[in-house]
Amino acid sequence: MTKVIDAPRRIGQAFDTDELVLNMGPQHPSTHGVLRVVLRLDGERVVDADCVIGYIHRGVEKLCENRDWTQIVLLTDRMDYVAAATSNLGYVEAVEKLMQVEVPRRARYIRTILAELQRIASHCLWLGTHAMDIGAMTVLLYSFREREFVLDLFEEYCGARLTYNSMRVGGLPLDIPTGWDKRVLAFCDVMETKLDEYEELLTNNRIWLGRTRDIGVISGEDATALGLCGPPLRGSGVSRDVRKDEPNAAYEEFEFDIPLGTRGDTYDRYLIRLEEFKQSIRILRQAVEGLPEGPVMGKVPRLIKPPAGETYHPVESPKGELGYFIVSDGRSTNPYRFRVRPPSFCNLQALNRLCKGHLVADVVALIGTIDIVLGEVDR
Amino acid sequence: MLDTFVIPLLQIAVLVNAVLVAVTFLVLMERKVMGWAQARLGPMRVGPYGILQAIVDPIKLILKEDITPAKADKWVFTLAPIMSLVPALVVFSVIPFGPDPLYYVADINVGLLFIISVTSIGVYGIILGGWSSNSKYPLLASLRASAQLISYEIAVVMTLVSVVLTAGTLNMIGIVEAQREAGLWFAFIQPVACVLVFIGGLAETNRLPFDLPEAETELTGGFHTEYSGMRWALFFLAEYANIIVISAIVALMFFGGWMRPFPNVEALSFLDLVPPWVWYCGKIFFFLYIFVWIRATFPRYRYDQLMALGWKVFIPIAIGNLVLTGIAKVVL
Repeated sequence: MTKVIDAPRRIGQAFDTDELVLNMGPQHPSTHGVLRVVLRLDGERVVDADCVIGYIHRGVEKLCENRDWTQIVLLTDRMDYVAAATSNLGYVEAVEKLMQVEVPRRARYIRTILAELQRIASHCLWLGTHAMDIGAMTVLLYSFREREFVLDLFEEYCGARLTYNSMRVGGLPLDIPTGWDKRVLAFCDVMETKLDEYEELLTNNRIWLGRTRDIGVISGEDATALGLCGPPLRGSGVSRDVRKDEPNAAYEEFEFDIPLGTRGDTYDRYLIRLEEFKQSIRILRQAVEGLPEGPVMGKVPRLIKPPAGETYHPVESPKGELGYFIVSDGRSTNPYRFRVRPPSFCNLQALNRLCKGHLVADVVALIGTIDIVLGEVDR
Repeated sequence: MLDTFVIPLLQIAVLVNAVLVAVTFLVLMERKVMGWAQARLGPMRVGPYGILQAIVDPIKLILKEDITPAKADKWVFTLAPIMSLVPALVVFSVIPFGPDPLYYVADINVGLLFIISVTSIGVYGIILGGWSSNSKYPLLASLRASAQLISYEIAVVMTLVSVVLTAGTLNMIGIVEAQREAGLWFAFIQPVACVLVFIGGLAETNRLPFDLPEAETELTGGFHTEYSGMRWALFFLAEYANIIVISAIVALMFFGGWMRPFPNVEALSFLDLVPPWVWYCGKIFFFLYIFVWIRATFPRYRYDQLMALGWKVFIPIAIGNLVLTGIAKVVL
């Protein structure tokens, strides 16, 4: 048994008080899966926090090195299982980069649509659970109602509702079903009205403000130094979004804004994700309306065998920068080395910094604001 | 003999059973109303529209295994749920459901004082339950419960004093009669007090947004983490019985108790066809609904925020209200 946190210290002289070591998780309703956080508490104030991860480590990276290039798509689904389509996207694009395959424009558009739908679904889950952690349980039911629409759209597209296996190296396995684009547009209209509902319940709510304002403040410099990405980084005012900085799929053809925070607290991160809903809807509208005709699969050899070399390819997943580092030896039909830069994992590093000095009740709010999926943290 | 023992005992038996049955249906009502608020149906499987859920739930709880943790303080662990349920039931003895002796068990002239003191005892069940579990989450919860108690109880009691000043009596029946004489519900004479008492009631019953000792998402159930089966159910019953108590007190002290609306207006006398206890239960029901409604809407306060609210907002307002009431009483 390794020591994960310093032993509790004696803190009070007059009252003979000790610190308390509290084990939060891996079985805890608010650690979003099997995260274990060991807290050292002075009363309810957090003196130190340490994350223990690895409870659902499945060795996905090693598994990928033993599968051929087409089979890996399916394994990427299992990492961030609430945003499987973005995981697919990152992987297939990395391989395409390695093979220098031309992907048809229609396929890139549909990939963008899928990725943005996925962002909405993932943010719905985040919003619901984050609000639930802070005690507002109705938001969860509302946001899951909208997530259901997205899952229905995915089901219609590829038959699966959670782990889609929806992309292939060189394009897409399927074109969209008839009328699907109309239904995406209809969903955009619905989603826009529902966002107001969430805002009404939370944004100006005194209690919500009290629970999120100035909680877990992190400066832009610190956030960069810690390697944060996605909304937690942008919440601190650092403009970094892979969709803008290193455009992939069809993002360079669309207009959208990157919301930035000013204070770097939990409330800013909340506002940013809400704004991302709106920007996703904006991208979806442009993508569906401008959807070009053509094939959805590029010219790819039957046996995928990228030339020897290595590549790193990031995409903006709902959680942040999801990167794939892939090495091919040019001879075998499986990668020589497969490594993922998971945004959840990198963001989770900040938990200790964010928690210090706050109360136990804030720890759950902070785990929520980081937006982690343990499947991706542990892989 | 008949008047001193038999009738009161019968009344107590009816009252206790009525309260416990009401509690089980209150749980059902909560699940239903929450369901409607959250765009779902709530329980639908047991009986028509899930009505029998109210009966099936207690049966399930009775049949569940009753676990006492090995390191728990066994006596206190057993006593704690009882200590939290009994006061909640005892309070009903002084709550009049109507003007006749048939409708109340005891008519004591310090009724309000009795209610305040007995409801305060209830929190000991929570504190001791958390302490005796010998586990960290319940311990934190019981610390929170004690901190919470002192931050709202003072404000609530002081607010109630201003109502007593207005009514001129501590007797519960007297307070209702005073509202008849004033021709106005105290909710309109003492609106600040009404709101404060209701909010304090939310804190008293550990309901959202003040459910800090329970806080499923932080303390995994808080004080009752280590409880299971019927002992857990006793805590549960106590919480919901307390909700009924608070609703009953608010309805009685601020909304005219068993009286119909506008009791002094002759033109509305046809409303007297409805028996007084029905009026009263209807008013209680309204506040129960608000309790559930609030739970479906608000996030949870942090416990330092609750204490700040109690000490820095409620107590000054309560004192101000008391002083104003006193001045008004002297001047008018």
